[in-house]
Amino acid sequence: MKRRSVLDLFFGGSLLATIAAFLYPVVRFVLPPKSHSVAQDSVVAAKAGELPPNSAKVFRFGTTPAVLVNTPDGALVALSAVCTHLTCTVRFDSETGTLFCPCHNGRFDLGGNVLSGPPPRPLETYAVAVSGADVIVSRRR
Amino acid sequence: MAKSIGRTVWEFLDERFLISTLLGFAGKKTVPEHRRSFWYFFGGICLFLTGIQVATGGLLLLYYTPQVGAAHESIQLIMGGVKFGWLIRSVHSWTANILIGMLFVHMFSTFFLKAYRKPRELTWVSGFLLLVLFMAFGFSGYLLPWNELSYFATRVGTDIAGSLPLVGKGLKTFILGGPEISQATLSRFFWLHVAFLPIVALALVAVHVLLVQILGMSKPIGEKGTREIPFFPDFLYKDALGWTLILVLVGVLCVFLPWEVGAKADPFVPTPLGIKPEWYFTFMFSTLKIVPAHILSLEGEKLAILGFLAGGLLWMLVPFLDRRAGRGERSPLFSWIGLALATYIVVMTVLTYTVPKL
Repeated sequence: MKRRSVLDLFFGGSLLATIAAFLYPVVRFVLPPKSHSVAQDSVVAAKAGELPPNSAKVFRFGTTPAVLVNTPDGALVALSAVCTHLTCTVRFDSETGTLFCPCHNGRFDLGGNVLSGPPPRPLETYAVAVSGADVIVSRRR
Repeated sequence: MAKSIGRTVWEFLDERFLISTLLGFAGKKTVPEHRRSFWYFFGGICLFLTGIQVATGGLLLLYYTPQVGAAHESIQLIMGGVKFGWLIRSVHSWTANILIGMLFVHMFSTFFLKAYRKPRELTWVSGFLLLVLFMAFGFSGYLLPWNELSYFATRVGTDIAGSLPLVGKGLKTFILGGPEISQATLSRFFWLHVAFLPIVALALVAVHVLLVQILGMSKPIGEKGTREIPFFPDFLYKDALGWTLILVLVGVLCVFLPWEVGAKADPFVPTPLGIKPEWYFTFMFSTLKIVPAHILSLEGEKLAILGFLAGGLLWMLVPFLDRRAGRGERSPLFSWIGLALATYIVVMTVLTYTVPKL
C-alpha cells in the first residue's frame, strides 16, 4: 500500500470518527429518556351511586383513560377506554349499550369484544368492586 | 444630487453583490408558452405561500407558549387579546391548507405533463419530498393549539407510525417523547414545526428551485412550435397576478371564516363525535375506516399503512419507472395510474365529509 493511501485512510477514518463523536451525543439527546412510571393496579374510579343507570364515566387509570359503565340493570363494568385500532378514546353509546370509537367507527360490547369496525383486538376489562363509598377498579390478575 | 447618491449606492452594492450579473441572467431567462403553460404558475404560488407561512409563523412565535398548561390559552390570547392576532393566525392556518392543496395541484399537473422525465428526475423527487415535509408541517402544527381535535388526531397519527413493523414502537416513542402524548410531545412538535422542519424545507426548496433554474421549465411531450416568453418581467407579472388572486382568497376566508380555537384538549374525556384530521389526511383516514380488521390473518390496519408507504415510494420513483416518458414518448399507462390515484384521493376526501358513517 502506498504511503498516500495510508494517509488518506488515516485522515478519512479520523474524519468519520470525529463526525461520529459529534453525532452520538446529539442522537442520544434527541431520543427520549426512559420513563419510570409505575403501572397502577387499582384506582378509585367514582363514588358509589355517582353514575345513574345506563351512563358512563371516563376516568384516569395510570397514564391511560378507562371507562366505568353503569348498565341499565345497575351492574358496574370497567374497561380500558383506549381503542385497540389507533388508540382513540372510546365513548359509551347509551342507545345501543355499547362502546363506540368515533375515529374509525369501531364498536365494542361491554365485555370488550369487537362488534364491528376495524379494531383488531378486544378492549381490556377490569375488575370492579364497591368499597364503602368508593367504586374501585383494578387490573385482573 | 439625490440621483448621484442613488447611483453611488447602487454601484457600491453592485460591485459587492454582482447584481448586474444576476439581473443579466434574469433578463435572459425565458419560459415556454403553450396551451398548457398555465400549470407552470402553481410552483410560484407554492413558493409565495411558503413565504407567507414563514412570515406569519414568525409573528405567532411572539405570543405562542409551547406548554400544555398554557398553549391553548396563548392561542386564545392571540385570537382575542392581541390586535390583529386573529388575522395573523387565520392567515397562517388558511395559507397552510391552501399551500398543501396547491402542492397537490402542482404535483399532479407536473405528473400529467410528464415533467418528471429525464433530466428532471431529481426535481420531481425533491418536490415530492417537499410535499411530505409540508404535510409533516401540517401535522406538527395541528397539535400546537392543544385542542380536542388536534389531540386525538395526533394520537391516531402517531399510532399509525407506531404500527410500522420493526421500527414502529421506537419511532412512536421518539415522536411522542415518551409512551403517551404529554408535555414532551408538545415540545417535540414545536421543535419540529419551528426549527427542524424549516431548516430541512429551506434546503429542499433551495435544491428544487436551483434545479428549475438550471434545467428550465419542461415542455410537454409532443408540444411543438412553442414560443418562449421572457421570465422577467412577462412571466413574473403573470405570477404576481396569481399571487394577488390567492391573497384576495385568503383575505376573504380569514374575514368570514377566522380559524377556530376549539375546546382545550383533555386526555381523559371520550373522543368527540365526528372527529377527523386535516382534509389532506382524510383519504388515508377513511381508507383505514373501511379496511377490515384482518386480511389473511394479518392486521388490516398495518397492511393499509404499509400499502400507503409502498405507494408513496413508487410515486416518488416514477421518473425512474416511466421509461417511455424518459425517451420522450407518450406513456398512457402512467397517465391512467395518475388519474386513478387523483380520483381515489378526491373521492375518499369528499366521502369523508359527505358520508360520516363511512
